[in-house]
Amino acid sequence: MRRRVVVTGMGAVTPLGCKVDEMWARLCRGESGIRPIEGFDVSIFKVRFGGEIRNWNPVEYIDSKEQRRIDRFAQYALVAATDAIRESGLDFSKEAPHRCASVIGSGVGGLGEIEAQFRRLMEKGPERVSAFTIPKMMLNAAAGCVSIQFGLKGPAYGVVTACASASNAIVEAVKEIESGDIDIAITGGSEAAVTPLGIAGFAAMKALSERNDDPQRASRPFDRDRDGFVLSEGAGILVLEEYEHARKRGAPILAEMLGYGVSSDAGHITQPDENGLGAARAMSDALASAGLEKDRIDYINAHGTSTPLGDVAETIAIKSVFGDYAHSVPISSTKSQLGHLLGASGGVELVISILAIRHGLIPPTINLENPDPACDLDYTPNTARERRVRVAMSNSFGFGGHNVSLIVGELQNGSP
Amino acid sequence: MKIVSESLGVGQEQINRESHFVNDLGADSLDQAELVMALEDEFDISIPEEVASQIQTVGQAIDHIQEAVAEAEGEQNG
Repeated sequence: MRRRVVVTGMGAVTPLGCKVDEMWARLCRGESGIRPIEGFDVSIFKVRFGGEIRNWNPVEYIDSKEQRRIDRFAQYALVAATDAIRESGLDFSKEAPHRCASVIGSGVGGLGEIEAQFRRLMEKGPERVSAFTIPKMMLNAAAGCVSIQFGLKGPAYGVVTACASASNAIVEAVKEIESGDIDIAITGGSEAAVTPLGIAGFAAMKALSERNDDPQRASRPFDRDRDGFVLSEGAGILVLEEYEHARKRGAPILAEMLGYGVSSDAGHITQPDENGLGAARAMSDALASAGLEKDRIDYINAHGTSTPLGDVAETIAIKSVFGDYAHSVPISSTKSQLGHLLGASGGVELVISILAIRHGLIPPTINLENPDPACDLDYTPNTARERRVRVAMSNSFGFGGHNVSLIVGELQNGSP
Repeated sequence: MKIVSESLGVGQEQINRESHFVNDLGADSLDQAELVMALEDEFDISIPEEVASQIQTVGQAIDHIQEAVAEAEGEQNG
């Protein structure tokens, strides 16, 4: 029998707040975290808004010297991890360090640092490039920094599957615990790509909404008038723990990881399979791995990025997996409020799915005013809805054709 | 002193001429490389690697910077 994995702590850094409770309250009120970009001069950019973390000052978490040595994306991970570990009540001085892991995804890593140092290279020459360039930009920096900060000496690595990175990282962390190699994993994802190159690159792909005159209404998953996703930043980190380990130390058990499915489209590098075949496979594999019938899913936190193709493909995939029940299960895309945190999105959205279970409340899809006829499911439009949620599914799909579906639920008849 | 304080995240009041970059101020090899670059930028001087590797205290850094600045001015005047 495989070992059970539970969630004992959660942390989030998002455009709707850098504490889980604040983010949740604002999400459920239907607030948007999307605003004009202030971090750099956007006057010549086609897209001039996003979901930035404003007034970032993590001095209570990271001292000023360390802040200079760590890129924003790893800082977000450290802050969210610290909050998650506090909630879990873990004291790593009492744990076997080699049985603790740090598995954290990111789509692009320290993009801001790459840009800053490349500018120095071009303007001032190779001798002026910072000694911190490489340790700040590397995608595994978040996992490494968390491992160093908390003395976690088991496996520590980054996972990179674009917008599915966090969910893929969580799958790996679950497997590490299930297999018996470790007991505790700090996992999730982190991203800080609201930078000149990030905005320009995604805009060049026509992937981003260009609704500059109305940023808060730009992210509108499943709506007829959607025109692309909104780039955001932040982190979503969870503490996963083997069930008996958590129970013995009297940890707060927030939820249980019940299943996961991972697949690849093996099609186009950025476009989803138009019939959502890969996405459907991930969802059906997740159900099989959880050993659950499809009608046991009470809520789906959709990938739902607000792109014309992606939202339709996901809708088709959900219908193909859930059949008639697809029209009954409440779905929402919280990217409507938060924008798209890329490689962090799966972490934040798993946190949100767990909060939906714990609060009996489904956060809405905002800006859903005129549903696309091809998107005809119940996306919980515009207003949060009370509902008992025992089991939730969270989907994440990434450029490269990566599909991940996670299933999380209330602790399954295991209370002592 | 201000640059040293900012680079290494140590209060200026804790820094004096005798402060050892590694033993007293907690600098690692990356910090030292960054610090040399910051000093070069601030004083518009070049600190060759063989010289940089000899500098272990704040006082030694100040002496070297003063020498290098004087040399640079001498060259301009000459």
